[in-house]
Amino acid sequence: MSVYGIMAEFTGAEQLLAAARSARAAGYGDIEAYSPFPIEGLAEATGFRRNWVAAIVLAGGLAGGIGGYFMQWYSAALSYPINSGGKPPHSWPEFIPVTFELTVLVAAIAGVAGMLALNGLPRLYHPVFNVREFDLASRNRFFLCLRHADAEAAREFLGGLSPLGVWDVPA
Amino acid sequence: MADVAAPLRRWSYGSVSDKIADIVLARPTHWLWFAAFGAASLGTVAFVGAIGWLFVRGIGIWGVNIPTAWGFAIANFVWWIGIGHAGTFISAILLLLRQRWRTSINRFAEAMTLFAAGIAGIFPILHLGRPWFFYWLVPYPNVMELWPQWRSALVWDIFAISTYLIVSLLFWYVGLVPDLATLRDRAASRAKRIVYGLLALGWRGEARHWARFETVYLLLAGLATPLVVSVHSVVSLDFAIDIVPGYHSTVFPPYFVAGALFSGFAMVLTLAIPLRHFFRLHDFITDRHLENAAKVLLACGWVVAYGYFIETFTAFYSGDEFEIAMVKDRLLGFYGPVYWTVLACNVIAPQILWWRPARRSAWALFAVSLVVNLGMWLERVMIVVQSMHHDFLPSAWGNFIPTVWDWITFFGSIGFFAFLFLLFVRALPTISIFEMRELVMEEKKP
Repeated sequence: MSVYGIMAEFTGAEQLLAAARSARAAGYGDIEAYSPFPIEGLAEATGFRRNWVAAIVLAGGLAGGIGGYFMQWYSAALSYPINSGGKPPHSWPEFIPVTFELTVLVAAIAGVAGMLALNGLPRLYHPVFNVREFDLASRNRFFLCLRHADAEAAREFLGGLSPLGVWDVPA
Repeated sequence: MADVAAPLRRWSYGSVSDKIADIVLARPTHWLWFAAFGAASLGTVAFVGAIGWLFVRGIGIWGVNIPTAWGFAIANFVWWIGIGHAGTFISAILLLLRQRWRTSINRFAEAMTLFAAGIAGIFPILHLGRPWFFYWLVPYPNVMELWPQWRSALVWDIFAISTYLIVSLLFWYVGLVPDLATLRDRAASRAKRIVYGLLALGWRGEARHWARFETVYLLLAGLATPLVVSVHSVVSLDFAIDIVPGYHSTVFPPYFVAGALFSGFAMVLTLAIPLRHFFRLHDFITDRHLENAAKVLLACGWVVAYGYFIETFTAFYSGDEFEIAMVKDRLLGFYGPVYWTVLACNVIAPQILWWRPARRSAWALFAVSLVVNLGMWLERVMIVVQSMHHDFLPSAWGNFIPTVWDWITFFGSIGFFAFLFLLFVRALPTISIFEMRELVMEEKKP
């Protein structure tokens, strides 16, 4: 039977953080940690390096703002200029509200879409869900999963971290 | 701020999750919920019926006419969108300010925002006269190559409201995803597991996912913060850009934003107090939370009072005879009683909140919140209607008397709001579960 990885269950955030760090120190390269709430430093402990979400939000905001202003300038000054109250066709102060709104809108949509895409979500099926105890990962338990490792050695290593239990995750 | 979360020392990750999740999953539905839901459904039917009749007969069924072309529809719009402010204020600005007490009230306040802003968005469309052409406000490819008029405050309005709605929805939904995963993993029946599972998008709480999640949540808060201020500012520009005495005023944007927070926090209290009572959430929504909300209410009330004062002062200081005549009419004219009721509800009544026992008493706060809700609605009616009924030429003056359809539409919208909110409290966690777990962890630290 092929396995997705070897998984250990812990009761606290500190244990999980310590376990992730020691697994990394022991040379395990592909580590996944699961927790019911965000834990500071856990992602870095599992080898997370570059968080692109902020850059995506910035790009979205720039695209929305520049695109929004361009749309108004193009339509009011170039495509269909009309005299409204004697204002110049390119009456930029009155283009600001829509520019602002589109900046925020596109930045927010890009941020959420980027976060989901980078996380590989939506993904309704995932091997870790096959572990019965994993239901508690969204409640009060903390899991560490070692992937692409020698199964026997990984079981032994995780067993030494005083977990509640160690399981094979079927692929 | 330490004692806000102090009752959480009694709770663990597991018990706090079960408590909030089981309100949705396990708790049998109380007969009072059915009674309230029945009443709210009736209101919804009335609302939909009134809209249907409006579409059949046109806006002649309302009391609006020249000179008062803006009636209840616009007042309701401004009132509802104002209520929709507190949710994002609590979620975004208080998150950035690291006010931990926000955690137990942000979820349902965001839901309130969403429902209120959605209902608000209906009214300008109803009021259009030819509502089926509302999409003309949006830039879209059309054979006549026409574009919206970017210099019009109404176009700013549709951009502001729809941006606010979409960003609020994203903010709310992103925050819900980990909690939906909790419901998925805890639900007993297969149908619930499938529904919550689909909504949870397969969330599994991996550390990298959390890292990206936290970044986007924080950035959404940062984006929503100027948005909150901008929405009601843009709404106020609908008025301030006009030359009608009583609309044409530079104080309008901050005055409207303060009024929005004022009515929004009043509605948060109106919803939080029964919610806490019926679902026994006293450890999460403590008296301290109510007290903090009361303080915000009091502070906003003073900004609103300042708005009333400066409006009147500016009219006389300007020496403009039309402005002065409008203010005299506001104080002593046909709608004078509305003005004095507004002052009593929004300026006098909240002053009881200086008194600490009143801030700590759920009953007193509930009463004040209802009075403020009423006062703010009357204020919107006063601004919209009274300014228009008495503009430049005496020959153009006239009174607006609401018809029965005006009232049905207004009360129906409240029924529809209650309908949505009652469904929300039975279907989704009313308090953010994963953030409560974080608080539990912080409380357990020595």
